[in-house]
Amino acid sequence: MSVDTDRTITVTVNGVPREATVPVRRLLSDALRHDLGLTGTHVGCEHGVCGACTVLVDGDPVRSCLMLAVQVDGHAVTTVEGLARDDHRGGQVLHPVQEAFRECHALQCGFCTPGFLTTIAAGLEKRDPAAELTDEEVDDMVGGNLCRCTGYANIKKAVHHAAAAMKDDAR
Amino acid sequence: MKPAPFRYADPGTLDEALAVLSAEGEGAKVLAGGQSLLPLLSMRLAAPTTLVDINRVPGLDSVEVTGNGVTVGALVRHTALLADDAAARVQPLLARATANVAHPAIRNRGTTVGSIAHADPSGEMTSVLALTDGAVTVATPSGPRTVEWRDLFVGPLETSLHGPAVVTSAFFPALPDRSGTAFAEVARRKGDYAVCGAGVVVTLDEDRRIARVRASYVSVGLTPEVHDLTEAVAGKPVDSADWAAAGALARTLVDPDTDIHASADYRRLLVGVLTERTLAEAAAEAAAKVTGE
Amino acid sequence: MTTKLFGEPVRRREDARLIIGKGRYLDDIGSNALAAAFVRSPHAHARITGIDVEAALDVEGLVAIYTYDDLTGPMAEPLPVLIPHPQLTQPRTGHALARDVVRHVGEAIVMVVATDRYVAEDAAERIVVTYEELPVVVGVDAAHEAKAAVHPDVPDNVAARHRQETGDVEPVLAASPRTLSFTQYIERSASMPMEGRGVHAKWDTDDRSLRVYTSTQASTSVRAAIAAKLDLSLDKVEVIAPDVGGGFGVKIVHPWPEELLVPMAAIALGAEVKWAEDRREHFISSAHERQQRQDITVGYDDEGRITALDVHVLHDNGAYTPYGIIVPIITATQLVGPYVIPVYRVQVDSVYTNTVIVTPYRGAGRPQACYAMERTMDRIADELGLDRAVVRERNLIQPDQFPYDHQLTFQDGRPVIYDSGDYPGLMVKLKELVGWDEAEALRSEAAARGKHLGIGMALYVEGTGPGPYEGGHVQVLGSGKVLVSTGLTSQGQGHETAFAQIVASELGVPIEDIEVTTGDTRRFGYAVGTFASRAAVMSGNAIALAARGVREKALRIAADVLEVDASDLEIDEGLVQVKGTPGASIPLRTVAVLSNPLRYAFDEAAKQATQFTTHDDSKPPVAEGDAPGLEHRDYYSPLRSTFASGAHAAIVEIDPATWEIDIVKYAVVHDCGNVVNPMIVEGQVHGGVAQGVGGALYERMVYDKDGQLQNASYMDFLMPYSSEVPDVVIDHQQTPSPLNPLGIKGAGEAGVIPGTAAIASAIEDAVGRRIAAMPISPTELYDLVRSPDSERTAASSRRAENGVLA
Repeated sequence: MSVDTDRTITVTVNGVPREATVPVRRLLSDALRHDLGLTGTHVGCEHGVCGACTVLVDGDPVRSCLMLAVQVDGHAVTTVEGLARDDHRGGQVLHPVQEAFRECHALQCGFCTPGFLTTIAAGLEKRDPAAELTDEEVDDMVGGNLCRCTGYANIKKAVHHAAAAMKDDAR
Repeated sequence: MKPAPFRYADPGTLDEALAVLSAEGEGAKVLAGGQSLLPLLSMRLAAPTTLVDINRVPGLDSVEVTGNGVTVGALVRHTALLADDAAARVQPLLARATANVAHPAIRNRGTTVGSIAHADPSGEMTSVLALTDGAVTVATPSGPRTVEWRDLFVGPLETSLHGPAVVTSAFFPALPDRSGTAFAEVARRKGDYAVCGAGVVVTLDEDRRIARVRASYVSVGLTPEVHDLTEAVAGKPVDSADWAAAGALARTLVDPDTDIHASADYRRLLVGVLTERTLAEAAAEAAAKVTGE
Repeated sequence: MTTKLFGEPVRRREDARLIIGKGRYLDDIGSNALAAAFVRSPHAHARITGIDVEAALDVEGLVAIYTYDDLTGPMAEPLPVLIPHPQLTQPRTGHALARDVVRHVGEAIVMVVATDRYVAEDAAERIVVTYEELPVVVGVDAAHEAKAAVHPDVPDNVAARHRQETGDVEPVLAASPRTLSFTQYIERSASMPMEGRGVHAKWDTDDRSLRVYTSTQASTSVRAAIAAKLDLSLDKVEVIAPDVGGGFGVKIVHPWPEELLVPMAAIALGAEVKWAEDRREHFISSAHERQQRQDITVGYDDEGRITALDVHVLHDNGAYTPYGIIVPIITATQLVGPYVIPVYRVQVDSVYTNTVIVTPYRGAGRPQACYAMERTMDRIADELGLDRAVVRERNLIQPDQFPYDHQLTFQDGRPVIYDSGDYPGLMVKLKELVGWDEAEALRSEAAARGKHLGIGMALYVEGTGPGPYEGGHVQVLGSGKVLVSTGLTSQGQGHETAFAQIVASELGVPIEDIEVTTGDTRRFGYAVGTFASRAAVMSGNAIALAARGVREKALRIAADVLEVDASDLEIDEGLVQVKGTPGASIPLRTVAVLSNPLRYAFDEAAKQATQFTTHDDSKPPVAEGDAPGLEHRDYYSPLRSTFASGAHAAIVEIDPATWEIDIVKYAVVHDCGNVVNPMIVEGQVHGGVAQGVGGALYERMVYDKDGQLQNASYMDFLMPYSSEVPDVVIDHQQTPSPLNPLGIKGAGEAGVIPGTAAIASAIEDAVGRRIAAMPISPTELYDLVRSPDSERTAASSRRAENGVLA
């Protein structure tokens, strides 16, 4: 059984296998930002309360400041940079929630935005798009992330907007 | 806010985990969900020499449900337990309490057993383990042993477990017959640690009279406790029981602390209010079961 | 006309990068930079007796350690008192790194530079600082008692006594039919942007020049401060505010020590150095605001009309006064709100405490001012048994009284003269929006459900857009692209969009062709900064003037080419055309090409502009008094601030078992003059209200008597999640400002101002007990309602007589 101070890990990040050698104490948030150059994941509190650093690990939202980078060895991580889809013509198709955030003015400074986007995207992906989105579902999706700019009204509006778009797409 | 240096191992078996814990000595700490541990590391309020990550140990991620109760493995995330209908049927307090644990992103990673091992009196699951008269199973180099909740919690963030040990599961006994439960919290913000939480179990006799009333509280006292409130309402028909009297009794039994979010007096008030409210709810549930029998 | 975008809810242009994770915030810059970390004082007041760095020297990856002894020249001097004032008689500032004495927990003592932040923290942890603890002063009352002094040579702890009076208040009070006096408190909160502060500095050893990125609200001023403190020529320093993750005041310049220390280290080490503040540092070393004790005496008549107002405020300025007495002055002068106050006297004693410094946080002294005035109105109404709305209405400045001179001097040294407004109009809309007159029915309905319901309102007037100036530069390139720049910075207000809308409207170009840059001293060197709800007013108007200059030049050149009179031309969709004559036109981009006669035809566009194509030999290629290029720079410098206004109302429901407080309705009527982008303004209101709710019910900095901040984490400092923020209903009113070309007033801070006052009023109405300390939590409300000393409102006694709850 090896007890290490550094590890080389392999992680599928946004669909791409990535390898990095990191000190074992490196937080996943720092590894994504500084070792893999994915600075879209933001660090707001480093104690798990604000949610700005939320990424998807194997599809589920988790706080990347509350995981060690070594813990995602062999797992799949999705960051805000991975929400948009390739349009196969060299461009990208934004995720409906990304479109909705812009349409509904659901961001101001944009610092908390990636954490909201990943969390909401996962929440919307997991549900039946044909079902009516309840306010309770929305509260659950946005309730664990702090935003200091928007007062949340437009974020909640954006979730509804995105769900409606996904409902249309599902038809 | 970055963790101090430590060493890291992620054993593939329980034996390996115990071996590493033994070899690394007192400074080694088990890492499961990490949702309480990581903030302590980042704030450098804890500085273990070694983290032994048990996430690769097989067999710890299942919820086993029998007629006797629910066994929750050390790697079962709050989210999984919350969604486990079979577990909720046998011991409804599990889902009812877990719904109050933080926010979904924390529940996706944090484990039920981990929060028990963390022994935070503000944690919901420590209180539920106590209220259900549960126990944990602990793997040690000399073999597994069972530790009853009463023997587990020693103080805030302190358990009786010393030396190389991995809590592998927690067992929550089934809800007794003719019983109902409820769980409620008052928190400053939704998802915060409770200012005060209350879990209760009400058991009736065949005549719909109150047979037994037990309660346990969150963020009240240094370690989880169970209070028997039966005397306030014993033998009363369920529909006319004086739950306020039980609440009043509860207020005399607890010894809450003052912190920046609530005074001891306010917590005591909430103990009374939440006791009264949850008992009414739990009793109604129990009554419905008796009626259905 | 698609280019007439002023006033339209144009979707934000900055969002395109922010929603895909391609924003560029401070910590996204310089991935290979060395990292700084600080050893900060664990004591609120102590003499440093020793600093032992020995144990840190072994840490692998350590690069440098700096203490006060390593500071030289201007860096060794105290930090500047950025805004001196004659009444700030005892200004005190710290040093970039503490010298001898620390005066609050979190004060920086040692800077460590290492290969990364982890290592820097490892080294910082090993540095041993020894202290001799000194007596600690926490809270305005302790400061006032002055049993101990924060600064030994300021024994009464009073930094400034700011005093203004509009007449002889005492005889008027004595002659008033009625008077009442009361004391109330408001506690500390903080800006708490989601991104902490941060600085990245890179020294070019060959060019001997410095580039600094900093998460600031005022990059030009940071540049000046760095040049002054590090003995550099201004032209060798460039400062850029990248994407900034929220400011709300705390990222204002004075400068912050780290903004000097990080560049200092970069120069000394010849390396890139970065400091990204972590959340704990932010709590204990970045500014807070709001704590005041207010002693208020008001004279009034039987109708509730105010005759005189006398206010004495104790204002907690923390350990130092780098930002002068801006917050006290704002409280003093904005307190009068939308009301006629015949005689007003105010004294704000700004006092030192052993706590983090106090500088503006969104609202900047106005929430306290509004709390003082509006709670006074509530008391008058209660004493007289009048509707609180009626008492306010009787005191409002009327629409025909503008410009209204309060005979006060504002924070910018200019008179407080309200330029325009319709306060009775706000009141009509607010009462309608919140259902003021139906409140009694709601109260009964809630009582039937076992809840105490209460309603409250608060009005404010906010001086926005203070000078001295901002500038704008607009340049049309030969490609048709329009470059716009201004010196002030952005922290999420949507300036790239709003300023582009202004240029599109003024210049008649498609918004897609416009690129806006803010806060980059390479592009615009003269600026003041983003605070005091001034960006749209100041830079918006400056950019409008610059665009008008470009337009004028474009028309002149085009008139020449088209051989028509310039007054017959218009610009639409980037085309300069003769009004009413289709076809007679020239693209603006061609005008730009022609505006710059060239020698070299390095591309097709440039070929058109080579000097050899000039037809008229009698004129020089560039006319006398003209300049090459289709660009214009202009400045807007207002005579004085413009005054926005608004009114908020809250309905709360209180559970009398748990004393939990639920805001069931929150209504806002808002007037910021002409609106550039209503979507953005509404977003500002929403965000402000959330902070207002936070300040009223959740947020406070809890210092214990030893000066330790008890809740220095997001776990315990309770910023609202979405679950704590009520739905907000908004109505608008527009009274344009006559002071500036666009007729706009500031909108950034308004939403937060009346929250504490309106919510306090609603809670008081619900429980029938005087609320005289905010914020208030359920545990405090419980203490209040069961305390034999708490004062009942007259309204609740009257209701009790009528057999109504509470």
